[in-house]
Amino acid sequence: MSWTIDVDQVRPLARGAAILGTGGGGDPYIGSLLAAQAIREHGPVTVVGLDELGDDALVVTAAMMGAPTVMVEKLPNLDEVVASVRALEHVLGRTVSHVACAEVGGVNSTVPVAAAAALGVPLLDADGMGRAFPELQMVLPTLYGVTASPLSFADDKGNTGVLTTVDNTWTERIARVACVEMGCSVMIAGFPMSGAQARESLVRGSLSTCVGLGEEIAAARAEHDDPVRRIVERLGGRELFAGKVVDVERATTTGFARGRARIEGAGGDLVLEFQNEHLLARHDDRVLVTTPDLIIVLEHDTGEAITTEGLRYGQRVRVVAAPADPRWHSDEALAMVGPGYFGYDVAPHRFDGAAAVAA
Amino acid sequence: MHIGIDVGGTNTDAVLMAGTTVLAGVKKSTSSDVTGGIVDALRGLREQHPFDGGQVSAVMIGTTHFINALVEARRLAPTAALRLGLPATRALPPLVDWPEKLSEAISARTYLAHGGYEFDGRPISPLDPDELRRHAGDMAAHGVRSVAISSVFSPVNHDLELRAAEVLRSELGDDVAISLSHEIGRIGLLERENATVINAALRELATEIVDGLTSAVRAEGIAAPIFLSQNDGTLMDEDYVRRYPVATFASGPTNSMRGAASTSGLETCAVIDVGGTTADVGLLVNGFPRETTTDVTVAGVRTNFRMPDVLSLGIGGGSLVDEQTAEVGPQSVGYRLTSEALVFGGTTLTATDVAVAAGRAEIGDPGRVAHLDPAFVDAVLKRVAQRVEETVDRMRTSAERIPVVAVGGGSVLLPDTLGEFGEVHRPGHYSVANAIGASIAQVGGEVDKIYSIAPGGREDALAAVRQETVDKTIAAGALPESVKLVDFDEVPIPYLPGNATRIRAKAVGDLDMEA
Repeated sequence: MSWTIDVDQVRPLARGAAILGTGGGGDPYIGSLLAAQAIREHGPVTVVGLDELGDDALVVTAAMMGAPTVMVEKLPNLDEVVASVRALEHVLGRTVSHVACAEVGGVNSTVPVAAAAALGVPLLDADGMGRAFPELQMVLPTLYGVTASPLSFADDKGNTGVLTTVDNTWTERIARVACVEMGCSVMIAGFPMSGAQARESLVRGSLSTCVGLGEEIAAARAEHDDPVRRIVERLGGRELFAGKVVDVERATTTGFARGRARIEGAGGDLVLEFQNEHLLARHDDRVLVTTPDLIIVLEHDTGEAITTEGLRYGQRVRVVAAPADPRWHSDEALAMVGPGYFGYDVAPHRFDGAAAVAA
Repeated sequence: MHIGIDVGGTNTDAVLMAGTTVLAGVKKSTSSDVTGGIVDALRGLREQHPFDGGQVSAVMIGTTHFINALVEARRLAPTAALRLGLPATRALPPLVDWPEKLSEAISARTYLAHGGYEFDGRPISPLDPDELRRHAGDMAAHGVRSVAISSVFSPVNHDLELRAAEVLRSELGDDVAISLSHEIGRIGLLERENATVINAALRELATEIVDGLTSAVRAEGIAAPIFLSQNDGTLMDEDYVRRYPVATFASGPTNSMRGAASTSGLETCAVIDVGGTTADVGLLVNGFPRETTTDVTVAGVRTNFRMPDVLSLGIGGGSLVDEQTAEVGPQSVGYRLTSEALVFGGTTLTATDVAVAAGRAEIGDPGRVAHLDPAFVDAVLKRVAQRVEETVDRMRTSAERIPVVAVGGGSVLLPDTLGEFGEVHRPGHYSVANAIGASIAQVGGEVDKIYSIAPGGREDALAAVRQETVDKTIAAGALPESVKLVDFDEVPIPYLPGNATRIRAKAVGDLDMEA
């Protein structure tokens, strides 16, 4: 069954997406403003489930690429969103029938809403990760042989480009260089796939989940209930830790917001390692959870997600772990998004603390 | 000796201090012209403890005027917001998410122009002086009297904001005030821009208020310097307030909490400040107000101010009491309490009347509330206590029991014990705690520099910055044992050699007044 995203649904969608974004995916506020602006200009967006998708549909993902800290200064435009999809259509020689989210996360769940509105096409109730990851190729369609290429990108000045590459890693490498040159904030469109491929590879129902989470927070607050507990229940996860942020160390030398946050609470410190997203949680020296399961930092009382760039000294937070899409736990997937890929020399740990047997 | 004054929406409180000792304390009604209330308050102090104007070394004033003007959307100047950044940022122009009523109240005009920087300091596009002149012409034609200029990545490089200001000044003349975003906020274009526009809209009122405050103090024969409280509890001089009125925004709750700490001797506690219209509940941790962790929305506008985390309840001394439901507020008679409340011969049943009927306070004529049913009086006060207790419970950071301190004139509404929190501490001079908070002179020291941090040298580098900040604060006259770091911001600057990091640190400490 299809449903509609109107201006009023943008806020719960962004709120929920920020939670699943595990600290990455950018400021949910800017993305929501952009989506709301697009809906006001072009009308509401129709959202269709994967089951309603015809085999011959042409689905592309629309996203923003770059540093989240840049996006809160150099605000994105709708023109770039449209230009990237048009550039891709030009190369494919076909018109795009559906837009999908590559990931869920603050901005990349709302940019596709803006894109669908501005292009006048439906949006899929699905995404490529069921969470957020920092690199382009880190989507489930990669495991099914769908490649990012051809991938288009567009900047604020009107420059566009389309890459055709030999594999997703090259797409990521080349696009990243272009992105930095273009001011570290571009709109991209890629992963062209048929309806059949989308049904097989994407995470089902993610936008509904996001809107549901967002509404859950609002309801919990209206009922004076604990929003964090309600989020944990809905995600089937667990609360790891509660405390105060006492140190945030960052470096952006490789174009990612890489760093480490220390949270002081009852019975020791929790350390979070992040690269755009939270990737590893350690209590003193014990690893609690690692990527690909979800590590989520929430504001202590309101349950609002805090992005990694929004982490600040003195914040009172609660850290939640939740299961990722089961397909992320295959050996092939772990090679792409497991802790080892990000340079952490630890075995993957599931949200409930279970460690994978070292291979 | 020195004087602390708190100008609230309902009352103007003043204290005469010798060091940390209160020599005299008064509470007067705020007059619509501000000055009248201050003159009353200063005369009240003289009656309690005669002094000569020449004996006063400083006058510290905390005021909620500016934030109230914004919340009530009145007395705001016609304002233009000019953003440099084209062709970027066009989809989300300045004031994109403002409440319509407030945009109208400042007769907002928004302009986009070329300029701005990329994250690494490269220009997005060159400044176009002709374009700026055209915008200036339009501003003049629409009667704009104050301009806010923002530029993409101005915290990295603010040259274009300065150059655009020059162009506008030469077109519009010196009578139009110009506020620049890099002087007001940090990274986050919309939030910084919003704060700058708010500042711009308050510039005319700032001149009016500062002139009013100054003339009231001078009229009482006091020639001492006048300072106003900033959000973080430090002081700013008159000149600074004229240019940055927005910096006073959170001084109300900061002053009341610091006053409560000073008079109660408690460093970690919940503070309930009950005024005429609201009860504000905040948390004091090690003597400093706990700040909000999320973005602060003021009058429906998103900003990135650092403000004390305060929950407000619509319960105050002037709150209307519903005779059917026994509910209190949120409507209040405000400053008209002394004419409209029953105990003052009026016809409106207020929370103060109920407190007097219960024997918790001796205000006005108790005979005028003798007819109130004791069961009703009890129900009203129980409900107030229950709502306040719930709010304190929401504010606390752990299951641990924290002491509760009540200040403000309306705190007579509160019981002597508050449920599981136990005794409600009422320090001496509790009703003028805000003024005492304002009188606690603090000075600050700030470091804002770009450091090149060697691999593995972060801890040492940070420690050096902290020490430099503390040293500066002591050099500014702070008592060394009182100095605390209140703000620390570390932002790596990508793509510069040597792991360049911009570090901003601020420390504050108590000024030794009698030194």
